[in-house]
Amino acid sequence: MTLVFGVFLLTLLVIVAVAIVRSTNLFAAVMLSGIFSLLMAVNFFLLDAADVALTEAAVGAGVATVLFLSALALTAEHEQVRPGGAALQWLPLVVAFATGGLLIYATFQNPVIGDPNAPVHQHVAPWYLENTPELIDIPNVVTAVLGSFRGFDTLGEVFVVFTAGIGVLSILGLRHTLVEMTSAEIDARQRSLRHHLIPRVVGRGMVPFILLFALYVQFHGEYSPGGGFQAGAIAAAAIILYSLLEGDDRGRALVPEWLLQIMVASGALLFGGVGVVCMLLGGSFLDYSVLAEVPSEGQHLGLLLIELGVGITVSGVLLTVFHAFARRASR
Amino acid sequence: MGVVELISFVLMTAGGFCVFVGGVGVLRMPDLYTRMHAASVTDTAGLFLVATGLMLHAGWSLPLFKLVAILVFLLVTSPTAAYALANAAMLSGHPPAGVRDETVPSAGRDGETP
Repeated sequence: MTLVFGVFLLTLLVIVAVAIVRSTNLFAAVMLSGIFSLLMAVNFFLLDAADVALTEAAVGAGVATVLFLSALALTAEHEQVRPGGAALQWLPLVVAFATGGLLIYATFQNPVIGDPNAPVHQHVAPWYLENTPELIDIPNVVTAVLGSFRGFDTLGEVFVVFTAGIGVLSILGLRHTLVEMTSAEIDARQRSLRHHLIPRVVGRGMVPFILLFALYVQFHGEYSPGGGFQAGAIAAAAIILYSLLEGDDRGRALVPEWLLQIMVASGALLFGGVGVVCMLLGGSFLDYSVLAEVPSEGQHLGLLLIELGVGITVSGVLLTVFHAFARRASR
Repeated sequence: MGVVELISFVLMTAGGFCVFVGGVGVLRMPDLYTRMHAASVTDTAGLFLVATGLMLHAGWSLPLFKLVAILVFLLVTSPTAAYALANAAMLSGHPPAGVRDETVPSAGRDGETP
């Protein structure tokens, strides 16, 4: 049954991917890529990777779609037909087919999914599964692996997100020059959903629940799928929803830009800082066991803090990127 | 199979049928508004039936309350999304097929004979 459903999903994925490539309407392409991400999330869930599925659904299908749309507001709705030789168009196709063929060829050597003798289940995974209850004492092994055993990798990921935020800011401008707004520009700013009563009332009602859910995902990550990355994306989605409904200026009044910049930096700093505190207390970098008398409680505290850092940075970066696009679009 | 499971099975099948009808409607209706109508109305009904069926299946447990939460969330948001989409389509100049109203914003009125 799972196999049938998996084949069905993968077929849909291929169809959607082809539709994205063939669509010349960029708006439709963005929507299709959101659907692609959602299908991918279901696919991950089918493979029992609930944490990854949650991330894909929150970031890929949710926030990324909105970011694409706000970027689309800066450009045209339709793809421009590029004048170019036929060879220029055939080359990407050949490259895509060659890469795809190689990847399919590589899968022939792969073990069957779920095969207990597969190398991936023989390497460090059994060790993590065996030692998580004793060393870290939390039910969600994924969080244990991400936050503690491989905390250094996650720190790197946070800094990737941090760097991306800095990159977008340096391209799109940190501070907008204060230009006197003409009435046309004010009109453009009013183009939010502020005058549409039904979406506004319903959407505003949703915002607190989305934020509550974000907090749940954030602080329940040790017991169920979730954690800082997902929670950060969900919290950012709530604020973005508010900005879409009430206008970008009110969204920025709610979470001002100076606060966002502090969030972007402080989350990454908190993560790194926990690592340094561990060193000062005599452990090694990001070894949370030294944070409390009982090693497993120290792990709990460390995980809580670093997940908080991840969440703060992720939501800060996503909101910064959204505002950077939205501000340029409304100018 | 108990009575509850039987009812749950019937409800979920009816829900699936509703969603299917919605899909057929999307393919066969003439313009955007009727298509959306087909999709959103049947989806809401289908969702209600499927979720109720799953609730009966779940019994008194935590999933029951999660299903209630999901149901309430979707019952509120899905008609809102349908409204917003129809509204946006209207504002960007797509009048319903066969309607010629002077209050409808331009587009589509040009080449028509009076």
